[in-house]
Amino acid sequence: MKRRKIDLAEAPKNFAKGVDDRFQAATPLRGLLNKVFPDHWSFLLGEIALFSFIVLLLSGVFLTLFFDPSMKEVPYDGSYLALKGTMMSAAYESSLHLSFEVRGGLFMRQLHHWAALLFMASIIVHMARVFFTGAFRKPREINWVIGVLLFLLGFFAGFTGYSLPDDGLSGTGLRIASAIMLTLPVIGTWLSAAIFGGEFPGELIIGRFYIAHVLLIPGILLGLIAAHLGIVFKQKHTQWPGPLRTNENVVGERMFPRYAMKQGGFFMAVFGVIALLAGLFQINPIWLFGPYRAAEVSSASQPDFYVMFMDGLVRLMPNWQIYIPFGDGYSIPPMFWPAVVGLGALFTLPMAYPWLEARKLKDKRSHHLLERPRDNPERVGIGMMALTFFLVATISGGNDVIADKFHISLNAMTWAGRIGLLLLPPLAYYISVRICLGLQQHDRQVLAHGVETGIIKRLPNGQFVEVHQPLGPVDDHGHPIPLEYAGWVVPKKMNRLGALAPAIKGFFYPVEKPADIPVSPAVGGPAKREEIKSGR
Amino acid sequence: MTAVHHGEAGTPVDVNDPHLTRFDIVKEGLRRDDIEIVTYESHFHGQNSKAERRIVRNIAFLLLLSGLFTAAFLVFYIVWPWEFELGHTRSDYYTPILGITLGLGLLSLGFAILAWAKKLLPHELSIQQRHGDPSSDDERLITGQTMMYVADELGVARRPLLKGAIAIGAAPLGLAVAAPLVGGLIKDPHKGPNPMMTTTGFSSDANGGKLVRLTREDGSPIRPEDVSAGGQMTVYPGIPHGATNKYADSPTLLIHLRADDAAETRKNAEADKNGRNVGSMWGNYVAYSKICTHAGCPASLYEQQTNRLLCPCHQSQFNIKDNAQPIFGPATRRLPMLPLTVDEEGFFVAAEDYKDVVGPDFWERP
Repeated sequence: MKRRKIDLAEAPKNFAKGVDDRFQAATPLRGLLNKVFPDHWSFLLGEIALFSFIVLLLSGVFLTLFFDPSMKEVPYDGSYLALKGTMMSAAYESSLHLSFEVRGGLFMRQLHHWAALLFMASIIVHMARVFFTGAFRKPREINWVIGVLLFLLGFFAGFTGYSLPDDGLSGTGLRIASAIMLTLPVIGTWLSAAIFGGEFPGELIIGRFYIAHVLLIPGILLGLIAAHLGIVFKQKHTQWPGPLRTNENVVGERMFPRYAMKQGGFFMAVFGVIALLAGLFQINPIWLFGPYRAAEVSSASQPDFYVMFMDGLVRLMPNWQIYIPFGDGYSIPPMFWPAVVGLGALFTLPMAYPWLEARKLKDKRSHHLLERPRDNPERVGIGMMALTFFLVATISGGNDVIADKFHISLNAMTWAGRIGLLLLPPLAYYISVRICLGLQQHDRQVLAHGVETGIIKRLPNGQFVEVHQPLGPVDDHGHPIPLEYAGWVVPKKMNRLGALAPAIKGFFYPVEKPADIPVSPAVGGPAKREEIKSGR
Repeated sequence: MTAVHHGEAGTPVDVNDPHLTRFDIVKEGLRRDDIEIVTYESHFHGQNSKAERRIVRNIAFLLLLSGLFTAAFLVFYIVWPWEFELGHTRSDYYTPILGITLGLGLLSLGFAILAWAKKLLPHELSIQQRHGDPSSDDERLITGQTMMYVADELGVARRPLLKGAIAIGAAPLGLAVAAPLVGGLIKDPHKGPNPMMTTTGFSSDANGGKLVRLTREDGSPIRPEDVSAGGQMTVYPGIPHGATNKYADSPTLLIHLRADDAAETRKNAEADKNGRNVGSMWGNYVAYSKICTHAGCPASLYEQQTNRLLCPCHQSQFNIKDNAQPIFGPATRRLPMLPLTVDEEGFFVAAEDYKDVVGPDFWERP
């Protein structure tokens, strides 16, 4: 029998044929390769969150190999001498072991923590981008809701995560979490007892948080992230208005190869930055806090930054207790309002916002073109109000540190936070609405009269006027015909119109070819330029 | 420089035509996907220009740099002393070195890829139609009717007996699935002779009726003279595991007040309306629960000058001389006072358990 020779050159072709025979992949694959993505730097903020999440999964798996989620008390017998012989939970002991006796363990722990901080920070910035540009509008409301849920889940992933080492700081956080559960009317004590398996702290909570942190929450996160990306893929990304761009098309570049390559490079850069942070900046040095003891806490006990707003709200809440004189008498502790009602409102109100705005504007259309923030001053005002609230609350979460470092009275800091929380958001609303209106007006001015050239002309009657460069055609008297606002950047400087010689290229040595003249979409192409002389 | 202009991509081509270039076939695919390439141009004038070669050199350099840093990462990972030692040693630099080498390695790789994509690949502007139109009314009608027909086929509406039977049959199953999840977690916080919400380790009931001593963390009992005037000490119930987290509600602050402060504290305790703190002091000594009534952190910062206790978590402040009333911050309830006395051997004991509930507040607090 003659053996057929395998033709290696034909192998990929045959393989592809086989795949298509079975999965009919050719047409959808071509669609994927050709898919057009609009490009803008602000569309990459969400990517940072996605890439941080991948780093979180990778580093997290490493950590699970060494962590022991047990609250059994053991004496410490590791290389960190300051704690030698101290009784501590096995969870804390294994976290110390991971930091000191595992090669590169501390680096991985810090990588995980920094990636988590970057994950949450980029979610916040990404949400702000989506909000201020109106990207959440129909048909993308559901994806906005998923985004808010991702922040909420990230919040709980972070909290359960930094509770696991069971050091002095994380135990204090758990204690506060238990107190927050206790504030719930009627079911508070039952809820806390169910979660902690009895009285705080019990012996189960680390194990329960562990399974939540490594399986339940990441599982849901993964599902929601997949849905988030799938919806972006299906609905196609929004784009800024501009030449050629309409509500019915996507203007950009095909996914392969350039766009996908840029994503890959960006992933490496984000990963690199996290690695640098993890190596150079110490985070959560658990060995300094000691094991959790109910009687011990240090000042400057701050949670991670994305939890600080809640801590701040709890600090600022006045001591208003509601007593219900019924039966034996019942009470609602003041912490219920910021920690339960406040947190609930902070997540449900944003979720409802797309529908609230659409209802107010009676807007049922689908929007694929983004809005410049200035074109919707109300929305910018509301967003700035929310951000200011978040910022004041977050700063108040560290008000003891600020009071200490700047020698301010702690009570004054609390009062400043209370007043600031009420006064600053409306102020931010007012200021940002005014700024938006001012920017709008300036855009219209330039469109109507042209760009200021900086050239002052003296008229025969002695009057001085500034020469304006019209952006479009002029009428018989030389006055510009007012242009329609197109929802996109209006050139406001002469060099945006190509009036000034472009800068010389080259880093160390000038490249002797003049660069292309920057083109503004509004003008339609490079025009012949004349040197602007001093006018002698 | 190639520029494909509007309208060229409108007509289908025969992809088996041997004269077509590969790019022509790509364009045919784009046409079928309703994508139009408006501009598609190289950054460079002509093949292998000086500028292009420079960019290629830069990318190669970045890739080389990445390899170098990553190799350095591996070398340092293996050879650098990493085991923790006390004091200032070379192992202190292990984590920073890992971070710098890996970080710079990844960054150089990232920038190499970015430069490749942005500088070497042709720049293009493509337009794809969204096709975001909703389904036609007919399609919607058909799908809606299909779903309704499914319901018809099941015939639940026509067979009321099944409707009831489903409800009766499925509800217990649903509950049976939920029951172990919920039931296993439930723990009655008010059950037992020593309900966890209202008793602490100082309850004599759990100590066989004997009064519970105040002890240090190591379990040693405390005599009055062990605390100097104006001083304070964290004490724990003198029972097995009394100083561990098993009795997380029990840590107590024992304070030896100066004589005039003590008199004032006693006066305030007697003037207090509910009178629970009357007689709880022993001499010039007073003991308050250390667990903040706000969120349960230890209210452990004692300000001797003003006789205030401050909780570092949310800055609630309590006036020691006035029944530990909250005077600032979010706490609403005073810190409970532990009734003190001294046993026959001269050690501090709790005369009884706390009369008020220790720790954060809750709905049904007695």
